[in-house]
Amino acid sequence: MADINVKVNGIAVSVPKGTTVLEAAHKAGVDIPTFCYMKEINEIGACRICMVEVNEGRGFRLVASCVYPLAFDNTEIRTNSPKVLDSRRKTLELILSTHDRKCLSCVRSGRCELQALCNEMGIEDETNYEGEKQVYEIDNSAAHMYRDNNKCILCRRCVAACSKWQGVGVIGANERGFKTNIGSAFEMGLGETSCVACGQCIAVCPVGALSEKDYVEDVFAAIADQSKHVIVQTAPAVRAALGEEFGYPIGTNVEGKMAAALRRLGFDEVFDTDWGADLTIMEEATEFVDRFQNGGKLPLITSCSPGWVKYCEHYFPEMTDNLSTCKSPHQMLGAVAKTYYAEKLGIKPEDMVVVSIMPCTAKKFEIGRDDENAAGVPDVDYVLTTRELARMIRRAGLKFTALPDEDFDNPLGLSAGAGDIFGATGGVMEAALRTAYCWLTGKNEEVVEFHEVRGVDGIKRASIDVNGTEIKVAVASGLANAKELLKKVESGEEKVDFIEIMGCPGGCVNGGGQPQQPASVRNFEDIRVLRAKALYDEDAAKSLRLSHLNSDVQKLYEEYLEKPGSHRAHEILHTSYVKRSVN
Amino acid sequence: MATKKTVPFNGTAEQQEKLMAVIAAHKDDPGALMPVLQQAQEIYGYLPIEVQKIISNEMDIPMEKIYGVVTFYAQFSLYPKGKYNISVCLGTACYVKGSGDIYDKLQEVLGIAGGECTADGKFSLEACRCIGACGLAPVLTVNEDVHGRLTVDDVEKILAQYE
Repeated sequence: MADINVKVNGIAVSVPKGTTVLEAAHKAGVDIPTFCYMKEINEIGACRICMVEVNEGRGFRLVASCVYPLAFDNTEIRTNSPKVLDSRRKTLELILSTHDRKCLSCVRSGRCELQALCNEMGIEDETNYEGEKQVYEIDNSAAHMYRDNNKCILCRRCVAACSKWQGVGVIGANERGFKTNIGSAFEMGLGETSCVACGQCIAVCPVGALSEKDYVEDVFAAIADQSKHVIVQTAPAVRAALGEEFGYPIGTNVEGKMAAALRRLGFDEVFDTDWGADLTIMEEATEFVDRFQNGGKLPLITSCSPGWVKYCEHYFPEMTDNLSTCKSPHQMLGAVAKTYYAEKLGIKPEDMVVVSIMPCTAKKFEIGRDDENAAGVPDVDYVLTTRELARMIRRAGLKFTALPDEDFDNPLGLSAGAGDIFGATGGVMEAALRTAYCWLTGKNEEVVEFHEVRGVDGIKRASIDVNGTEIKVAVASGLANAKELLKKVESGEEKVDFIEIMGCPGGCVNGGGQPQQPASVRNFEDIRVLRAKALYDEDAAKSLRLSHLNSDVQKLYEEYLEKPGSHRAHEILHTSYVKRSVN
Repeated sequence: MATKKTVPFNGTAEQQEKLMAVIAAHKDDPGALMPVLQQAQEIYGYLPIEVQKIISNEMDIPMEKIYGVVTFYAQFSLYPKGKYNISVCLGTACYVKGSGDIYDKLQEVLGIAGGECTADGKFSLEACRCIGACGLAPVLTVNEDVHGRLTVDDVEKILAQYE
């Protein structure tokens, strides 16, 4: 479409016709605050915070900039006139009138979009419109999170994430007017619904209404307990995002400082879930090659993402046989720690505590699943999100930016580049294919990069030629994309041998447990791409890039598990699934 | 968090057949949910979880979305009408004369909120606007019976008249 020339606060800018005022302003270097607007999934113009004055030749009037398309040359826009600021302040004061303003004890304090905007707008009296308030019970029925509607500002970003990205839709707006509230059908607690625990709702919430169940104090207590040997492990995606909590640019890999911080927090050993990822590849590639060569159930679908696994159990129960029986990498590491490694150390598994630092909230659900307890006790005792780890580091008074770079401990800390890329969509597939390719071709040390499965497209497809045999693979991230792909696979429209699915759009780097980026960042930058780059760069810089060449993983098989897919490996490293209903 | 209490569902196979036919007729239309819900309410008299679940499964719409629509529009009800439907006038004259207190008292005695039905299916309660009997204010109706010039103390006596 033709470009038109407009002026934002007097600054001339040229934009394609149909561009929203919000985007034109951004191009002119002017920020307009938003609450409800989320690019592509929540363009509803509901919150009225982004009101600006627009003059299209008939005088200035207030419009919602996020959904107002520019149509005329010479349109003038004022984003900070007294009228605009007054409108914005009034809206804020009205939002505050029903907001539970317990900022001092709120998990979002200091990182809350509402608090920040009140501050920017110079709100002087948060009680300007005191009156009746709705009072809601806090929903703590789900394993992974709290929902506190008393703090909800009804922006509906969570609703959009749940239904548009994830195709789940277990939360939505109920009732109307003053009684409008975000909840589930028939006021069910989230734990009674078919919520998959992905936490995308938390990641997009601008305030403290949604938050993970916080186990920081439990972990501090475990560390302080001298009778416990406390092991910590960190997922690949955590190192790519933790820095954001301490002022680093998005996509900074802070692996070294993270390891140093964990050691200073008092964990007895600092291990790397990337090691578990390499182990997962040994088992999963074996499983794939076996199913592929011996007529087993195909397509094989990866099982690293517990949000995806729960989704499969609820929404595609007939496909649970397609799921790889492999436990997810952190469960594998926990299982090995409490069997093989505990035996080596001469420690009883019940005296060992395994803490997983994850970009994920569904992992909090996963550790309580059946069949995730190789040593007779849970493989993993606590899951902390990236955000919780940041809280822990702050609470302990560690100066993160001043920490030295340190390494992980051995023997569960060494990893191949293949394990690093597990945190991005396509990464598990690529890691598995690298190893499967080596095994099937007999070229044991040849590193093949599979660029077709990289990138943030919702569904990616590739075809790999191995010794003249074609292997068809597909990768989906975001459960709405997974649903689209699986419907086609189910109907026979699409034939695939191997599928990787990650519950969150873009994979674990954009997991529900990652640092929350405000709308002002999310709407204009692709955090998935920036964070994933940190992992691919780490992989590319390593000399060890193939999981099956990880010497500590090889040693585990020699000393304990015999070989991938062995009976013992199955007992310790594999799990089972159930069929669930949709609510 | 408690799931909303409701009266036991007594849907018949015949009702379900009708509902399935309605869904089949609208399934591929854009915006089909509203007409389906309207006709479902005609068939069952209300829209309990069992009915919403059928609609959700058949139309591949999350149940929360359906529930959100049902609770948004006043025309939809989650509860059946009781054997005795009590309608309290909250029009201006009745309200000034204290019908709001009577409405509150009924909710307290029956243990239900306005719009709901007691679990035994006996009484349902709703508010209404002026019924043109302002001379009797405050007034309520139980099915076709009109009770006027009431005080809060009359509530239990009125309920006792209905078996």
